[in-house]
Amino acid sequence: MTIQSSRTGDTGAPRGPAILLAAIKAVFLRVGVLPFFLVFSLIVFSLISSQFLSIQNLTNVARQSVYLVLVSLGQMLVLITAGFDLSVGTAIAMTSVVSALAMVALAPLMPDMIWLAILLGAGAGLGAALLIGCLNGLGIAQFDVSPFIMTLGVQSVGAGIALFLTGGVPVAGLPYDFGNFFGFGRVLGVPVPVMIALLAIIAIWLVMNRTKLGSHIYAVGGNVRAANLSGVNTKRVLFLAYVLCALLASLAGLLLTARVESGESNLGGTIALESIAACVIGGVSLRGGLGRVENVVLGAFFIVLLKNGMNIAQIGSYMQMVLLGSLLVLAVILDQFRYRMLVGES
Amino acid sequence: MDDTNPPLVEMTRISKEFPGVKALDGVDFTLHRGEVHVLFGENGAGKSTLISILSGLYRPTSGSLRIDGEEVDLRSVHDAAKYGIGTVFQEFSLIPTLRVFENVYLGREIKRGPLTDRRAMVEGARTLFRDLGFEIDIRRRVSTLSRAEQQMVEIAKVFLAKAQVLILDEPTASLTEKETRKLFAFIAKAKADGVGIIYISHRIQEFREIADNISVLRDGRLIGTVSARDTSEKALVELMTGRAIDQIYPEIGRQPDGRTLMTLRQMHGAGFHGVDIDVRAGEVLGIAGLVGSGKSRIWRSVLGLQPIRAGVVTLNGRDVTHAATRHMLRGGVYYLPPDRKSEGLQLAATARENIKLSLLGRADMAGRFGIVAPRRIKALADKIGERVGIASGHMGRIVSKLSGGNQQKVLFGKGFGEERDIYIFDEPTVGVDMGTRAALYRLIKEIAEAGKAVVVISSDLPEVMNLAHRLLVFSKGRVSAELTGTEIAEENVLKHFFAETGIQS
Repeated sequence: MTIQSSRTGDTGAPRGPAILLAAIKAVFLRVGVLPFFLVFSLIVFSLISSQFLSIQNLTNVARQSVYLVLVSLGQMLVLITAGFDLSVGTAIAMTSVVSALAMVALAPLMPDMIWLAILLGAGAGLGAALLIGCLNGLGIAQFDVSPFIMTLGVQSVGAGIALFLTGGVPVAGLPYDFGNFFGFGRVLGVPVPVMIALLAIIAIWLVMNRTKLGSHIYAVGGNVRAANLSGVNTKRVLFLAYVLCALLASLAGLLLTARVESGESNLGGTIALESIAACVIGGVSLRGGLGRVENVVLGAFFIVLLKNGMNIAQIGSYMQMVLLGSLLVLAVILDQFRYRMLVGES
Repeated sequence: MDDTNPPLVEMTRISKEFPGVKALDGVDFTLHRGEVHVLFGENGAGKSTLISILSGLYRPTSGSLRIDGEEVDLRSVHDAAKYGIGTVFQEFSLIPTLRVFENVYLGREIKRGPLTDRRAMVEGARTLFRDLGFEIDIRRRVSTLSRAEQQMVEIAKVFLAKAQVLILDEPTASLTEKETRKLFAFIAKAKADGVGIIYISHRIQEFREIADNISVLRDGRLIGTVSARDTSEKALVELMTGRAIDQIYPEIGRQPDGRTLMTLRQMHGAGFHGVDIDVRAGEVLGIAGLVGSGKSRIWRSVLGLQPIRAGVVTLNGRDVTHAATRHMLRGGVYYLPPDRKSEGLQLAATARENIKLSLLGRADMAGRFGIVAPRRIKALADKIGERVGIASGHMGRIVSKLSGGNQQKVLFGKGFGEERDIYIFDEPTVGVDMGTRAALYRLIKEIAEAGKAVVVISSDLPEVMNLAHRLLVFSKGRVSAELTGTEIAEENVLKHFFAETGIQS
């Protein structure tokens, strides 16, 4: 007994730092780089400006992050299948343009049923994005086109159509109620976009954690051949992942359109990069099979928080692009380390 | 002689610690020129760690390493190669899209000025392969080679670096008898040339033939070094496991109820021609043959993993030719793939999650609105883990961090999730230690005695001979023999391995 106690006394000195290091490693393995980035930026920005951590600013960030959260959820689905979607921006632009055009065309036809016009318009926008998702899913699942090429190509196709439909000019004259409710409205004191994002988060969380489809998405990304031998319809799963991704982007597109109160073909220009960054920072592995909904939401929140902080710190938007790109690459490098530590091989 | 010449390799009191694990504990190991020295032990006994130290992958925590009497500190595989140590790992380091000679010279390209000299490399590789006695067209792409041929390329690559120590890690694990013969002939030749060879294998039968000495490792310690000539197989197994294994292969009761669950008629496809097979309930059907004989591919085509050109497959009387893999699985077939890492497991997921994946289709696991019941699934997965003998502490661990034996148990566990009629095991114990093998064989026994149909495809001849009630031998894409009972004897089986035509009896 005495020997033992003296021995633990000997090793007592280096234990504190060792435990801290072990804890850091455990958090890194479980969640990824996000907690470290988050803590770092919170400290830096709150030192720069006292208003950064104010309730008002954080609420503002929450509201602004709705769009990125939605797109990142979709992006997460396809990243977990070991793919990615570069066409999320196009899905947003198409949704915006198509829904705006439809609403503008329908509203005068049914002046007494303005909500029906809004509903039909939103449906048209979602339908346009659905088409984009199906196109991606078909190419990638059925014809084995690499996700990079497929979504890059579709991105160009969609952007071209959106510009062609509008001639590059914003579509104005949307029904007032559309912007008023989906852009600025509140339900039970909560902004409508935030409400919709919360519902989407819950739905996707349920899909990923409590349904067969979710487990199959993880399985297809983790090892597609093993998934096939486990009886998973891998093509269907891949297809659905891209369709869901496009629909989530489309939802963000609708909310953005309501916010800017016009249909614009240049909405969502940088969102592909930002959503991938949000996912990777949130611990989604680019090799597929790993990623959690709640961390992705935090990842997206972090990106918006970062941009907000940089605005407060008066960092110019050009420099922000440089920082965001660097952050993405850094996160991917750290992800490689994490994957190697988890799986134990290069 | 040996007293005056320093040994080729002398490792003294080598220890290696990983965080939380002592992989090697004061191991001594000596290798002389022209000696074939076998390392023997269960998975996790420390064999791989020992050769990883010798080949420069790991540095020992303590202990010293001498090569030709000179104390060395190997910091990389490159370092080890400079001292003439060449390792052929189980996992190959070949680039499938490159040609054989390009692979052999990879990193050591012959140059003329700033350009590579392809002609010189082709010539060099051709000479090398001739000297080694390997008959492989060096212009072929590695992806078109069989596994045995790839191994030969790997060995050639090591020899190009003028290896005087050759380390072979489970070289015969995926080789057929004939290919193994070739490898042994080559080992004899290398030995005569004064090369020291370290040979890792689980196959005791091979030792007497090629080995001079055998070092047995258990739990990171050296249990003893014995001469291969005067040590019996039984004694080796007892040294390895620390307990007597009377019987590795269980006696499996045969209880056919007359039902034929699956029939294959006149099957044609890539690698097999005109094959008829009946799969019966309550019986273990063994499938033996060389690699490339079609013994594995025919089942892959039945499962929908490769196309069937002609023929009919029925399952419980229904025509399921060309059915998709998932439909075959849903129809009550379980298929255990031969390569657990590339086809069997979700490597970044835990053992429990891997087993769970096979439970999602069960009706009693589904709650309302397609939402699955997490607790019920976890409980069932853990029950299955217990049944196949995975320690409960291992269920929550990432599967790629588990030993090969435990990974194989997870793969077996995936077959117990749903009620199945037919179990097809393709290489069920590849790279698995004796203790785990015995456990897996007991599972096969349980399945067969419960009245299921079991198909065991194996390149391990003793395994398939001991388990099978009925044994089909494949040769060149055809069934060359169907043996039952006492007909299943080694000479009898081997005779049919090289048969040119179909059944002749």
